[in-house]
Amino acid sequence: MPQVRDYTDIVGKAVIEELFMIGEKSRSMSIQHINSTAVGGGVAEILTRLVPMMNELGVRTRWDVIKGGERFFSITKKMHNALHGVVENFGDDEWEHFLEVDRENAHSMTFDNSVVFVHDPQPIGLVEERSHYSNKWVWRCHIDFSEPRQNVWFFLKDFIEEFDGAIFSAPAFSRPLSTKQFLISPSIDPLSNKNRDLDEAYIGEVFDRFNIDRSRPVITQISRFDYLKDPVGVIKAYKLVKRYIDCQLVLAGGGATDDPEGEKVLSEVRAAADGDKDIFVLLLPPSSDLEINALQRGSTVVLQKSLREGFGLTVAEALWKGKPVIASAVGGIPLQIKHKYNGILTHTIEGTAYWMKQLINEPDYANELGKNGREHIRQNFLITRHLRDYLLLSLSLFHDKDIVYL
Amino acid sequence: MSLSRLSNRDARWKEYRSPSRFELFTWLVKGQMTESQTTPFEFKSRLILTELLGRRAATLSELTDGIREVPLSSIYHHTHRFLQQHHFLSPEPPNDFAYWATNMLNDEIAGERLASIDVTQFVKLSDLRKRFLQLLENYQAERSEAAAGKGKNFGSEARCPEGEEFHFMGSHIFVIPTGKVAWNVADFVDILKSISIHSIYFHMFEAKLRLEKGDNDFSIWLRSAGRTEEASEISGLDPYTFTLEGLREKLLEIMTDASS
Repeated sequence: MPQVRDYTDIVGKAVIEELFMIGEKSRSMSIQHINSTAVGGGVAEILTRLVPMMNELGVRTRWDVIKGGERFFSITKKMHNALHGVVENFGDDEWEHFLEVDRENAHSMTFDNSVVFVHDPQPIGLVEERSHYSNKWVWRCHIDFSEPRQNVWFFLKDFIEEFDGAIFSAPAFSRPLSTKQFLISPSIDPLSNKNRDLDEAYIGEVFDRFNIDRSRPVITQISRFDYLKDPVGVIKAYKLVKRYIDCQLVLAGGGATDDPEGEKVLSEVRAAADGDKDIFVLLLPPSSDLEINALQRGSTVVLQKSLREGFGLTVAEALWKGKPVIASAVGGIPLQIKHKYNGILTHTIEGTAYWMKQLINEPDYANELGKNGREHIRQNFLITRHLRDYLLLSLSLFHDKDIVYL
Repeated sequence: MSLSRLSNRDARWKEYRSPSRFELFTWLVKGQMTESQTTPFEFKSRLILTELLGRRAATLSELTDGIREVPLSSIYHHTHRFLQQHHFLSPEPPNDFAYWATNMLNDEIAGERLASIDVTQFVKLSDLRKRFLQLLENYQAERSEAAAGKGKNFGSEARCPEGEEFHFMGSHIFVIPTGKVAWNVADFVDILKSISIHSIYFHMFEAKLRLEKGDNDFSIWLRSAGRTEEASEISGLDPYTFTLEGLREKLLEIMTDASS
């Protein structure tokens, strides 16, 4: 696994020295991260990298994962959808079961670190334990919180206000709360298998393995099979383009252990593909990072046509690879793409199809977008910036004033 | 610690410590430091953590109310954010209020007026806040009068499209050492050539307005070193009309012209 200094060539020496300096100032702290899945999804992915890096900087950091059964994760999936604005009804027994599972987890865990980061709604009930400790607790929300359904919002709000701070990925997710709120965008790791440079030969080999023809344009969306990623909408957009351009569509993604809906979505996607040999629906196992990297790098255009999005790390991944990206203007995506400057933002299936045709037919413009996109990610969305923000946030919890001299 | 090491501009931040009495005496004797220049200049930089205030505005009135009530750090954030994030793109960045009024409310007159506020003139954030409020309140009064003159009821204000609201933010700043210390004016100029633009930003903008020192750090130090001419010239600059790299060049030009 790469060390912090291995990022020097990518972000520059000054950034790395700043990180070590902040690490030195943070050594008296210890940090605990808690979420609901060890593999699959952006949260687990980023913690896999951030936790060892925090330790390397001298800040003792550990990562715990709560356990839950099928019913628990069905409830949390409904909560997730409701936070994204989908109508979901909850019975009292569901709220009770949710809290019961969090309480069972709490009894088998300890929270004796200086700062406890609780990620997303699944483990939020653990905050009931905070009265037994004198440390700081932060709720890290990775979800699009712009229009939450009131039933879930009121349930969560009481818990959120128990924390010392709440972190959101975009300004639009911020709401009136009695606790402090911070903006920390997620990030990608440029040295991970999903993002590191690849040999052209390997990229070709992956495309050959899936029988995708690189001599024709390839449009790709990488995301897990979820209604909110609108994979069926992507197929509709592809069909509008296919009338004029002989292109192929790749829909590739994995599943996560906390997402019971994936199977259902996948079968609907296969039905929508309707036997088209130029549509490749690839359900990839969790160990497929290199394949995903190759699919992004070998694509002509990358899509992220989400209906809702927390941040949309796959957009940052594609931009980092210098690819022209067309993505929906939802969640944190507008933070990553400035329309027509480093990517394209769309709102409809027709608009997405229009820009797919434009970018396939105007490769020079598409390349320029990709070049700007990579630079934007380098400046703002790499893991080193994320690491710095988490440490600064932890330090800020122990200072009353908004100007801190380190 | 040897003299050469103390003046080594590449020394890492942790190698910096205050000079001992003996070392200060040695420099005075060797002419490394003049008597009027009693303290070295330590170049600092700063890191930012953005705070979300959970408050949004969809109309000019809501923007005005927000400007009136948010902490001063938010006024600083929204008048300097663009400069910090896109320092290489625009020599004349608009403040967030002006950008939002122009692009999201489609009120170009309000946007232009908000953009015209000369931030350089302010040494206190509370005065800057008052200026924004005064401008917005006058503008809204003018519009009401104009509407009344035409017999219209100025009841329904323009709202931005849903999802395009102004979100008030603030920031925590963390001031950090860079490890670069100027023991005399020659050192100062040398370091200025290569120090990060974030350090220049901190000493020129943040020190004056956010820390409310009344002037930028460079001018304050140069004045204490007896270099009043350069200090005044730097104080007189409008740093908001430069890119940060352009500002570095201008500072070097002032320092070089004065020494030649």
